Amino acid sequence: MLRLEPRAQPSTRMMLATPVLAVLLTLLAGLVLFAILGVNPFDAMYAFFIQPVENWYGVAELGVKATPLILCAVGLAIAIRANIWNIGAEGQLVMGGIFGGGLGLFWSDGGGLWVLPAMFIAGAIGGALWGAIPAFLKTRFNANEILTSLMLTYVAQLLLEKLIHGPWRDPKGFNFPQSKPFESYASIAPMFEGTRLGFGFVIALIVAVGGWLLLSRSFLGFQIKVIGLAAPAAGYAGFSQRRITWATLMLSGALAGVAGVNEVAGPIGQILPSISPGYGFTAIIVAFLGRLHPLGIVIAALLIALSYIGGDAAQMSMNLPVAVASVFQGMLLFFLLATEVLIRYRIRGRRRIVHG
Amino acid sequence: MIFHDVIHELTAILVTTVFASTPMLYAALGELVTEKSGVLNLGIEGMMLVGAIVGFAVTTLTGSAIFGVAAAALAGAAVSSVFAVLTLLLLANQVACGLALTIFGTGLSALIGRSYIGKPLARIPQLHIPQLTDIPLIGPLIFGQDALVYLSVAMAVAVYWFLNRTRSGLILRSVGENHDAAHALGYSVVGIRFLAVLFGGAMSGIGGSYLSLAYTPLWSEGMTAGRGWIALACVTFSTWRAGRVLLGAYLFGFFTIAQLHAQAFGVPIAPEFLSMTPYIATIVVLVLISRKASLVRMHAPACLGQVFNAG
Repeated sequence: MLRLEPRAQPSTRMMLATPVLAVLLTLLAGLVLFAILGVNPFDAMYAFFIQPVENWYGVAELGVKATPLILCAVGLAIAIRANIWNIGAEGQLVMGGIFGGGLGLFWSDGGGLWVLPAMFIAGAIGGALWGAIPAFLKTRFNANEILTSLMLTYVAQLLLEKLIHGPWRDPKGFNFPQSKPFESYASIAPMFEGTRLGFGFVIALIVAVGGWLLLSRSFLGFQIKVIGLAAPAAGYAGFSQRRITWATLMLSGALAGVAGVNEVAGPIGQILPSISPGYGFTAIIVAFLGRLHPLGIVIAALLIALSYIGGDAAQMSMNLPVAVASVFQGMLLFFLLATEVLIRYRIRGRRRIVHG
Repeated sequence: MIFHDVIHELTAILVTTVFASTPMLYAALGELVTEKSGVLNLGIEGMMLVGAIVGFAVTTLTGSAIFGVAAAALAGAAVSSVFAVLTLLLLANQVACGLALTIFGTGLSALIGRSYIGKPLARIPQLHIPQLTDIPLIGPLIFGQDALVYLSVAMAVAVYWFLNRTRSGLILRSVGENHDAAHALGYSVVGIRFLAVLFGGAMSGIGGSYLSLAYTPLWSEGMTAGRGWIALACVTFSTWRAGRVLLGAYLFGFFTIAQLHAQAFGVPIAPEFLSMTPYIATIVVLVLISRKASLVRMHAPACLGQVFNAG
């Protein structure tokens, strides 16, 4: 029999090794999965993970997909550090798209350089407001933020559908449920010719650094970590659980909202009934894969972005279902959580007690 | 004649409420037992989806809904065992593992289900007793349901009886209240919790299969549409009591159905807004219950969500 013996200190070596181990195990499980599906596992792996990034367009796409993942995951990681489980980032992203996109859509008075910044601010406000609802319900009524933030995701999605099927529909769009395309002053131009990578990626990187500074260098970050690790200790120190609940939910909401604006004004270029393939949910995996560390999240987001692009590519070239990507993502999180045990525990064989 | 129409419409609403409530009732009863043992499994949505597709696929392949439902229960238990191994043996965080299970189950069900999209399947049969079933209102409601509806109500009674009237139920509750004390008394905390998680998985699987075999009956990706999460809300709503889980599931089922009937009636509210009602109702009900913090604290299993390591 094996036995888990707690370590005196979490192992730093394991903290860095386990994500790599989890990725390797996921790839191994992927080979088995493809074999079960009846496709050549090595061809599938090539189509999934190598082919999509063989050209510069593909590499730039990594950044395109990683942008919303980084933005959402940094916020979620900060919240999770405070033991606040915001799983409604998807809804906050949608609200950001509605607020910021709506502003860009109805800015009829000619445009200037300040329209895009205004859209980003509006999106951040939209996301923050949507995050403030679970914060209010938790601090005022003790309602579980997991359930309320998730339920609000469905509400946000339905609101978006209502707007696009109704008042925001492009009158010249042949009745398709879509808004009119954004004017040039309200859209994000690609940074490089022939790609879709806009400056949102740079914003995401800045946010990651900012998140790291917040957690490691600021008093707020210190309070967040203390509350997450030992709520009673935080209470004795006089840190307000209430304030941190509000701050983390609104901050993660705002960042998801920024991701929403970036999607509609950037790669999509208009508002559609669906503006995210579940970035807000996948960001939870990204946050864990990045060890809830904003800089680790950047690497994790690029890796998960590859699974998105790979999923699309494998669908086109090998006729594999898109769902393979989320199976991969789910497995990765499983393996990651499974190997995490190595950080806090040593695995020991059970020794037999010898009576002398 | 108008009276007849009203009765007809009322019957339709109540009968469809039963359809809509049954999947959530199964899932919520399973989660109740899991949570009573001290484990919080947020993977209900994923387990239901796996149950929905496996139930649908096996029924299509074998032609027998009994095999289908049994397979759905096994499949739900199988995916929940992954969660059990991670949280109980490898001591991983229950919230994170539950979310992983939901993401994995969503993907896995879509993968299995890609060749079943749009395929028709006959609904599982409903009871028909001449005379009795024909009684207005009460007849279809009480004597005209399918086997899974009757089983779900029986399960509610069984779970109540198990938790409150049997020695095993008492042991399970003690593990959820204080795992160190239960361990000191010689009970296998991990073993009992493992079984409770498997039971929860099997019940979610059956609940999912009800969606694809009776409620719609067809398979579509993500067809649970948040019902797993609403089932989770049901358990909190019930303050961990089996009788109230039944009540809660029917209440949430009614919200789902009432808005559909309102849409059909042509109520002058946009269908998107009406579709929001089950989700908003869940939030409102959750707030009403959680508001009394002492009530929740008194009834919630004291060790809910906590890691146990016997060493």
